[in-house]
Amino acid sequence: MSQSTSHSTAVVQVDQLSLDFNTPDGPVHALAGINLEITEGEFVSLIGPSGCGKTTLLRVIADLESHTAGDILVNGVSPEQARQDRAYGYVFQAPALYPWRTVRQNVLLPLEIMGVSRSEQRQRAARYLELVNLGGFENKYPWQLSGGMQQRVSIARALSVEPQLLLMDEPFGALDEITRDHLNEQLLQLWRKTGKTVVFVTHSIPEAVFLSTRVVVMSPRPGRVMDVIECSLPAQRSLDIRETPEFLALAHRVRQGLKAGHSYDDE
Amino acid sequence: MTMSEVSHGQGRLLPVLVVIMGLILIWYAGAVYLNSTQLIDRYDKRNVNWNLGQLATDAWRMERPVLPAPHQVGLELKKTVLDKRVSSKRSLVYHAGITLSSSLLGFCLGTLLGIGLAIGIVYVTTLDRSLMPWIIASQTVPILALAPMIIVVLGSIGITGLFPKSVISMYLCFFPVVVGMVKGLRSPEPMLLDQMHTYHANSMQVFFKLRLPSSIPFLFTSLKVAIALSVVGAIVAELPTGGQGGLGARLLTGSYYGQTTMIWAALIVASVVSALLVTAVGFCERIALYRLKGGQVVRA
Repeated sequence: MSQSTSHSTAVVQVDQLSLDFNTPDGPVHALAGINLEITEGEFVSLIGPSGCGKTTLLRVIADLESHTAGDILVNGVSPEQARQDRAYGYVFQAPALYPWRTVRQNVLLPLEIMGVSRSEQRQRAARYLELVNLGGFENKYPWQLSGGMQQRVSIARALSVEPQLLLMDEPFGALDEITRDHLNEQLLQLWRKTGKTVVFVTHSIPEAVFLSTRVVVMSPRPGRVMDVIECSLPAQRSLDIRETPEFLALAHRVRQGLKAGHSYDDE
Repeated sequence: MTMSEVSHGQGRLLPVLVVIMGLILIWYAGAVYLNSTQLIDRYDKRNVNWNLGQLATDAWRMERPVLPAPHQVGLELKKTVLDKRVSSKRSLVYHAGITLSSSLLGFCLGTLLGIGLAIGIVYVTTLDRSLMPWIIASQTVPILALAPMIIVVLGSIGITGLFPKSVISMYLCFFPVVVGMVKGLRSPEPMLLDQMHTYHANSMQVFFKLRLPSSIPFLFTSLKVAIALSVVGAIVAELPTGGQGGLGARLLTGSYYGQTTMIWAALIVASVVSALLVTAVGFCERIALYRLKGGQVVRA
């Protein structure tokens, strides 16, 4: 990684990062020698087959796992410090909503924990539920919502912390393709509107290319970066762009990167 | 639990009635069979010519039967529940009240102790390793052997009356609560705990906002077992105190004087008390689960 890049714009800086899990069958090299720099306002996707360490890398950024070698800075400080500063919002694979809380109360959960004032809490809940097009659903309970709506509540909850960085771990992986396409368009709009930095884990090539400014292709055993692909698709884009030659060329490059990692050899 | 099912739908009433009728018939037949030895002895001594009809009629109206007939127990219940003043020492309602108060106190103490121990076990690793074997061992000691000692020891340091009996109820109650609550407090998925970690929540916040609400279904399952045990504990505790009052004392008096009808009446009142308590806990459970699921209708 070039050290000349100014630190003020590097939101995530990863330098020769490795992580080994100790298992009864010996150490597993989940991540090996990862270098990556994510600057403010970027939308970076981590793509790769299961076991390539993409989720692990995201969890290291979020201080949910500890790396065993190398360096990582989030907002210029350690991941632990960044977590304590509530520098990021994390969206999990499942909506992770509390069934006994209404939609609004679910969005309020992190704010209650942070000790945000009551009036501010209500304002933010209204603002971010509106942003994910769920205005009017405040008093519903999670079971009354579809899977896609539940995941949007979870995104509103992550945004309500008002972080600069949004970490998303296959947030639409469990949804059907039609809902997923719809949410991809919404997420793109949301990203443009808010200017957040997004790190997005996925195993879908079209999803990664459609959403990202950069796609990081990873491969397993050990988890490492195979290729980093710049996506220069126009800022205003709809799902139709997936039919264009530019899009298909980018998708092809991602697929080549995945092949180079021999990621599907043993499947 | 069948309690909640009984209240659903009238269609279940008929099978329940059929079963009760069947049980009563078996009971009457059993009364004839079990009392026959005594009666036949008596017939032989007096050289009475007897037939089955006579045997049955006599078996169902004995003074001191081995097994009293249902209507005899019914009459005893009418005499001791309905006809006596509630404050009278001969009223089963009075005795049930004594048993109920010590079981309820014991149930509350046991629940608090159980929840406290469960929190300790979940949060303190050393307690997790050291406490659980002792808690399990405590339940392998026969309560019937332990109860008199607890009463005597507490009595010798000047503690008598309601409290020692409640201690025995508590002793039985806390166990299911500990087991259920440990499981309940550990029930949140790793993802939800990770999420709390990303919010930089402290352990009090994780406890009150996530672990405690998640444990409620487990708590109520335990409470239904505990409330029934608390009645058993109170009755067992009343046996060594002998005749001071309570359903246990009635059982003891009944067996001293061979008054089987009295024993059966006390037993029936005890099971009615237990059933009412379990139903009450079940009712609270339905309300709690309804709120916990955000108003989604659930069958507990």
